[in-house]
Amino acid sequence: MDPELKNELSRQGIFTTTLEELYNWGRKSSVWPLTFGLACCAIEMIATTMARYDLARFGAEIFRPSPRQADLMIVAGTVTKKMAPQVVRLYNQMPEPKYVIAMGACAISGGPFKQGYNVLKGIDRYIPVDVHIPGCPPRPEALMDAFITLQKKIATQHLTGVDRPRHLNPDAPSEFIVPEFGAHDLEPPKNLKLWHITSNSSPKIPSTADNNEPGKD
Amino acid sequence: MNLEKIKSDIEAAVPGCNVQIVVNGSPSGQHSLLLERQHVFEIAKFLQDDSELHLDYCSNVTGVDWLDTETSEKVKVQRLVDGVEQEVEEIRKTRSPGYLEAVYHLYSMEKKHGPLVLRQRTENRTDQINLPSLTPIWRSAEFQEREIFDLYGIIFEGHPDLRRILMWDEFEDHPMRKDYIEPNDYEYEPTPHDAVLEKSMQH
Repeated sequence: MDPELKNELSRQGIFTTTLEELYNWGRKSSVWPLTFGLACCAIEMIATTMARYDLARFGAEIFRPSPRQADLMIVAGTVTKKMAPQVVRLYNQMPEPKYVIAMGACAISGGPFKQGYNVLKGIDRYIPVDVHIPGCPPRPEALMDAFITLQKKIATQHLTGVDRPRHLNPDAPSEFIVPEFGAHDLEPPKNLKLWHITSNSSPKIPSTADNNEPGKD
Repeated sequence: MNLEKIKSDIEAAVPGCNVQIVVNGSPSGQHSLLLERQHVFEIAKFLQDDSELHLDYCSNVTGVDWLDTETSEKVKVQRLVDGVEQEVEEIRKTRSPGYLEAVYHLYSMEKKHGPLVLRQRTENRTDQINLPSLTPIWRSAEFQEREIFDLYGIIFEGHPDLRRILMWDEFEDHPMRKDYIEPNDYEYEPTPHDAVLEKSMQH
């Protein structure tokens, strides 16, 4: 529909929409996050849901304690290698459509513990992440910004065609391999179907600051 | 706390034991007692029960990894060089085997004194890595001895529940040992320096 005509009609008191818009509006306005926190970022996540910041304004106040009832996973904190299989398993147990926010430096890259033998260098090695939030820890405003970014992403998804969301595409995977505890490291150390950065593509020389910011979808 | 006095008290109470004072040369001067493994249990019992010391609280147990050390010294020797006997300098190397160490920090809640630092050493770093556990005497040592078992690989005999505590059960290495090789899952870092820079060049 022509947007100008739509504007004109709404000025006359006639509301027009499409099934896609209505469907996405419903989905984005009631995203239920999974109740779980891994480290200090969880404290900021809790603060975001409480009275001062009030995530309920965006329709995400119901944190579900079961992955079966949740559709957003907020990975809030350091993912140790001992915890990583459980995080992936929880993700696999969530029904589609499901989204992931990687909150804080640890969840997106390992953060200050990146050099550690026991810390996973970013949860996107095992599960697909929709929004990354940098920060250590990110303030509640940052989490809300990420949440609004996710809502925008949901609102612009087309229900048909090649770029349709995963839950409408029967061929798209909804579960990913759960890593196993190996003798020296997790097996496999990363899911190569998700992790596309090859070792040669990373710059050898430290680049300027604006290139270092983790990308947001 | 007067270590000399404690040492002589221990030697009087536990016959046949050999206690050494390990001197700490730093400004803190926190010297410690090195115990022989045959008598550790009786000595610990004495330290806990003695009315004067009454060390009823073990606040901290930690591990130390000492690598094999090689010391070289220059020695002058008489040697035949081109048919003439000459004095030649020669470098002689001596290897001393490394060991793993468990360090206990003891306090007395009742007497309000401490810490007394105890050390136990294993025979080497490879196959003789057993030490007697002090968990039966100080219950608070239980998790910390498990942590040492996990990260250093010291096997505590008499420990009620010796399992890994931080790493998973299938894990085989001991990460705090100095010769530990970490998994190569390194990736690009924006501001590398020193050892990290070297690593980032490899990737």
